[in-house]
Amino acid sequence: MKEIFFDQVAIGEQLPFLTKPPITRTTLAYFCGASNDHNPVHVDSDFARASGADDVFVHGMLDMAYMGQLLTGWVPQRAILSFGVKFGAIVYVGDTITCRGEVVDKTFNDGVYILKLKLRAVDQHGESKLTGEAQLRVSAPKDAARP
Amino acid sequence: MYWPDDTDTLRAEKYYGNAMLDKTLIGKSFPALVVDVDRWQLKFFAKAVGEENPIYFDETAAVAQGYRAILAPPTYGVTLGCAVPDPFARAKAVGLDATKILHTAQSFEYFEPICGGDQITLVATITDVFEKRHGAFKFMVEETVATNQLGQLTTRFRQTVVERT
Repeated sequence: MKEIFFDQVAIGEQLPFLTKPPITRTTLAYFCGASNDHNPVHVDSDFARASGADDVFVHGMLDMAYMGQLLTGWVPQRAILSFGVKFGAIVYVGDTITCRGEVVDKTFNDGVYILKLKLRAVDQHGESKLTGEAQLRVSAPKDAARP
Repeated sequence: MYWPDDTDTLRAEKYYGNAMLDKTLIGKSFPALVVDVDRWQLKFFAKAVGEENPIYFDETAAVAQGYRAILAPPTYGVTLGCAVPDPFARAKAVGLDATKILHTAQSFEYFEPICGGDQITLVATITDVFEKRHGAFKFMVEETVATNQLGQLTTRFRQTVVERT
């Protein structure tokens, strides 16, 4: 993983985006067990329809886990100070999620160099599914003369 | 039938009230949940999300990176918080229909990492219960503090759920 230096990242810089494989019912079955979220609305089509949904739909926390992978693919997990999302629209079986991030601010607080990111996950049609933000601690400026 | 519009809040409250939601639970903390962080489940989580970084499933790789054991990913606190017979017990207690709950927001602050073999104590507090659109949408917000076996704060996270109509 490439070390990220405060002075070598510009506001507006995009993180390398992350596209995950299409979400299958198998993905949801795995995530049900792995995440401890056993709500049948995510794995049992009969239950989902009886509760008024068209079919099973994706756990929001799976989308957030994917967004977490966008971050941990760019910086070590220890660098993440905060991470938050809003689940804007339901993700369905068959959808392909792409996670994107952009540096929107840079601050220096109490000796810590921080990048603020805006996050967005979209489906294969470009429809926004999740938005969020994160704060990452990065390395001090490489060129100390230009903090 | 009279159906209030969005601006007609006062009349709507008269018609619908807040009887469905128990706001007396705001600020209430629930009994601590103590969870062992299971290495097998961490590896299964890594498989479920298609994780490729070995620090999340390979002990040797994690130790080489300075962790006690394989690392729990950033969102794992919520998984630990669900390690109870009924993760929706608090939502039900405030009057939400558990079969119609959607997760609308989630955020984390991070301190010490959570690793396989850790024992995490989670204390959840309901921080808000409210309605929008005259009770058509009922929300609950809760905040959870997770400390490890060394008494260190690992993460503090906030969850918002809504009962869909």
